[in-house]
Amino acid sequence: MGFFGLFGGQKKNSASQAKERLQILISHERQNRQGPDFLPAMQQEILSVVKKYVEIRDDQVNIRLDQQGDASVLELNVILPER
Amino acid sequence: MATVVTVTSGKGGVGKTTSSAAIAAGLAKAGHRTVVIDFDVGLRNLDLIMGVERRVVFDFVNVITGEATLNQALIQDKRIDNLSILAASQTKDKDALTEDGVEKVLQELADTGFEYIVCDSPAGIEKGATMALHFADHAIIVTNPEVSSVRDSDRILGILQSKSKRAKEGGKVAEHLLVTRYDPDRVDQGEMLSKEDVCDILAVDLIGVIPESKAVLKASNTGVPVILDAESDAGQAYDDAVARFLGEERPMRFVDLKKRGLLSRMFGGD
Ligand SMILES: Nc1ncnc2c1ncn2[C@@H]1O[C@H](COP(=O)(O)OP(=O)(O)OP(=O)(O)O)[C@@H](O)[C@H]1O
Ligand SMILES: [Mg+2]
Repeated sequence: MGFFGLFGGQKKNSASQAKERLQILISHERQNRQGPDFLPAMQQEILSVVKKYVEIRDDQVNIRLDQQGDASVLELNVILPER
Repeated sequence: MATVVTVTSGKGGVGKTTSSAAIAAGLAKAGHRTVVIDFDVGLRNLDLIMGVERRVVFDFVNVITGEATLNQALIQDKRIDNLSILAASQTKDKDALTEDGVEKVLQELADTGFEYIVCDSPAGIEKGATMALHFADHAIIVTNPEVSSVRDSDRILGILQSKSKRAKEGGKVAEHLLVTRYDPDRVDQGEMLSKEDVCDILAVDLIGVIPESKAVLKASNTGVPVILDAESDAGQAYDDAVARFLGEERPMRFVDLKKRGLLSRMFGGD
């Protein structure tokens, strides 16, 4: 805690940024882990189907599995290029 | 039946071998017959940290392949009666570690009367690391208060919870978090994740906090597990962690800010 730390004017310190980033990342990675084994392969296949019709990069397709109560929801987001 | 304790982390260089040597020596010192095995095939180092590098004739892989008996390969520690070391091979690669082979050696160690089998895992999530954690009853997750180490620890937790023998049989490996290279000053400055932060993120019980310490390098220079340096902060912190592992309750030490003058606090000096 430096001079300004003692008298308020709290800027977000780097440790709390680390914590925030880790919490988001790890919750995401855990969700992917809990998904079924076929998920990565299915992602690849969906990606190649989309690519047959539109020209997109890999990172323009986002596939995730979310838990909503008892059900799993597969969410597919495709960013289509501007025309 | 012996208890298998795997020391693991995912990320390299966080203190697994230092911790394996200390924990094995601590368990043996507490009166338990203990063996510590180096799973880092191809890159053995536990022998150096334990100070037995000149006594290695046969290694873990030799026992798996039947080139040597377990008795020929086990190195008895000269300081602690209850402690033995099984070195890793320097020449073979990690494919020499087969599940059947590892299980056979662990079984023989248990039959010989060892109570604790401490497995020093290599870094990464490949064969050597997964073999080291496959048969674990307990896992000690060594984590530095730093983003990549915490993330890798979480990946290892995922593997423990899905791929270990216990998990596959519907059970659970007991998980313990060991935070190492901790610097309370930097935590206070908001420059380093606190032990509570790491614990929150990983959701694993804390078994100990080992401070960043000069004693660790000194111990490795001389080939003495740092826990045997009873004067040192790191040695005492490992001693506490082993006691907690054995069920004792001890307060965390070396986790609070060293006393500093008001002026240096105000102006952020060290
Ligand atoms: N508490 C500590 N304080 C200071 N230095 C430490 C501490 N713990 C470990 N180190 C140092 O960090 C380095 C790596 O330690 P160690 O070999 O135990 O890590 P490791 O996880 O086994 O590495 P690898 O992944 O390569 O097997 C060593 O130089 C060691 O002396
Ligand atoms: Mg190591």
